[in-house]
Amino acid sequence: MTSATLNIQQLRYGHKEALFEPLTFRCQRGEIWAVLGRNGLGKSTLLDTLSGVLKPLGGSFSSEGGVGIVAQHFHLPFPYTVRDVVLMGRARHVGLFSLPGRRDARRVSGALEQLNIGHLAAQTFTSLSGGQQQLVMIARALVTASQTLLLDEPCSALDLANQQVVLQLISDLAHRQNRCVVFSTHDPVHAQQVATHTLLLLPEGKWLAGETDAVLTEENMHRAYGLPLRRVSLEESSASCLVPLFTIEK
Amino acid sequence: MLSSKSDLFLQPALIVSALVLGIGSLCLGQYPLALSDVFHQLIHFSHPEGMASQIVWSVRLPRVLIALLAGGALGLCGATLQGVFHNPLVDPHIIGVTSGSAFGGALAILLGLTPVMMMGSTFAFGLTALVLVYAIAALQGRENALILILSGIILSGFFAALVSLIQYQADTEETLPNIVFWLLGSFATANWHKVAMLAIPMTLVTALLFQLRWRINLLSLNDKDARALGVRVVPLRRTVLVCCAILVAAQVAVSGSIAWVGLVIPHLARLLVGVDHRRLLPASFWLGGCFMIVVDDLARTLTQAEIPLGIITALLGAPLFTFLLIRSSRKARQ
Repeated sequence: MTSATLNIQQLRYGHKEALFEPLTFRCQRGEIWAVLGRNGLGKSTLLDTLSGVLKPLGGSFSSEGGVGIVAQHFHLPFPYTVRDVVLMGRARHVGLFSLPGRRDARRVSGALEQLNIGHLAAQTFTSLSGGQQQLVMIARALVTASQTLLLDEPCSALDLANQQVVLQLISDLAHRQNRCVVFSTHDPVHAQQVATHTLLLLPEGKWLAGETDAVLTEENMHRAYGLPLRRVSLEESSASCLVPLFTIEK
Repeated sequence: MLSSKSDLFLQPALIVSALVLGIGSLCLGQYPLALSDVFHQLIHFSHPEGMASQIVWSVRLPRVLIALLAGGALGLCGATLQGVFHNPLVDPHIIGVTSGSAFGGALAILLGLTPVMMMGSTFAFGLTALVLVYAIAALQGRENALILILSGIILSGFFAALVSLIQYQADTEETLPNIVFWLLGSFATANWHKVAMLAIPMTLVTALLFQLRWRINLLSLNDKDARALGVRVVPLRRTVLVCCAILVAAQVAVSGSIAWVGLVIPHLARLLVGVDHRRLLPASFWLGGCFMIVVDDLARTLTQAEIPLGIITALLGAPLFTFLLIRSSRKARQ
């Protein structure tokens, strides 16, 4: 068995009480994991635990090559430039009493170029649009040089065009750069379009993990969200789409 | 914001300004000296005879140095604390150390302690205030920026009441005026002993903060964000706050509590060098020093008697801060 970049064994997590039955799954390099589940179930809490912000309540997880996270919301108290914001991603690699050097600056430029936002380097972060800010925060996660990247609802504030950009980026990070990417989302279609695997959080502490097509069935989605969804296959797309059937009374 | 080319030029320019202001200030006072006299005295320091030599070496030079160091300490401390507490409205009073030190000093005057013991008391109560801030935060079971600010406000209020109590108890003929004058801040009693008292702890602590200046950028993120980037927020913030407490306590010990400088100078510095603490911390230090030298010049030359520093810093600081606020909100609207 190849070693996993993210190996989660009997993990119990939450702020005080464990939110789910112990979680066990392994994420390999080149895999993309989507995390789905209702609001407040603990998607963000899981990502916070995996990024080391929260201590696990039990069990263990190990990550090979470090974990970088892109939070859902970011607020900066001062109008730092984009370059300074991304540079902060180098914190682990710069000695306590040192300043970031030329190598760190080159990494920052490289990450900005990779995301096609090199021209924004000297602008202040606060002057950017939501989509651009999202890309800057992804650039910051890239310069942490982590093998595993966690993205908390990376598309929630984005229009369709920017969703395309971010989903393509997620795919490139995993397939071209051979990293492991975990992202949470509310849109099952995002999972179906890019995620090789899905973790579906269900009510009452249950969960399902596995290949996306196996996990995102009509039946499982109904269990998760309490409303019917239909799986639709389109000729243009290799992936099928789950369409929710909302029941609106008039 | 200015380009990085002018940054290279700005920091040395601030240092040169402080030097020029400092030397210029040696000429000013009740007994005016020509610039050539001052230079002559500075170069021929081995002949400590005569009035001019006495004035330059025993009175004005220590005083200007204390002004530079005290202003620098307040500017540096203000910029650091605003970063650490993610809030541009924070000033060194916020961690309770200023009030604690003020109480220590006022108590020493009331008890008629020697100057050295008074400085010790000022220092000790300043640091006690910080320990109590952390104790209150610990009782709440959390240690984030907001909890620390609120605990600091509690301690500030408490020690301010104790200072009032001391003033109420003090002999109105002699002790009370001494306490009031000291509380308003003054460099009038400057001597080389006090320069050393201020310079020794400041050099150590300033060097440490200077080395940590990029880390202040990371501390200015919210705690969760910083932790996810691998920053050990709690120990780092404690170290930085202890440094700030030492700076404030040392400053209050030699020159009384001086308001406004720690609030206004970092804003002025941000205007010049931007928000990156790598450039902001040194700029705030030198700018604070320049500002304080000018304030002290005004304090000793405007009238026959000395005007307390706290009055001048407030009279200059309030309109300056207003100007900065208007400027930044206009800029934000554009």
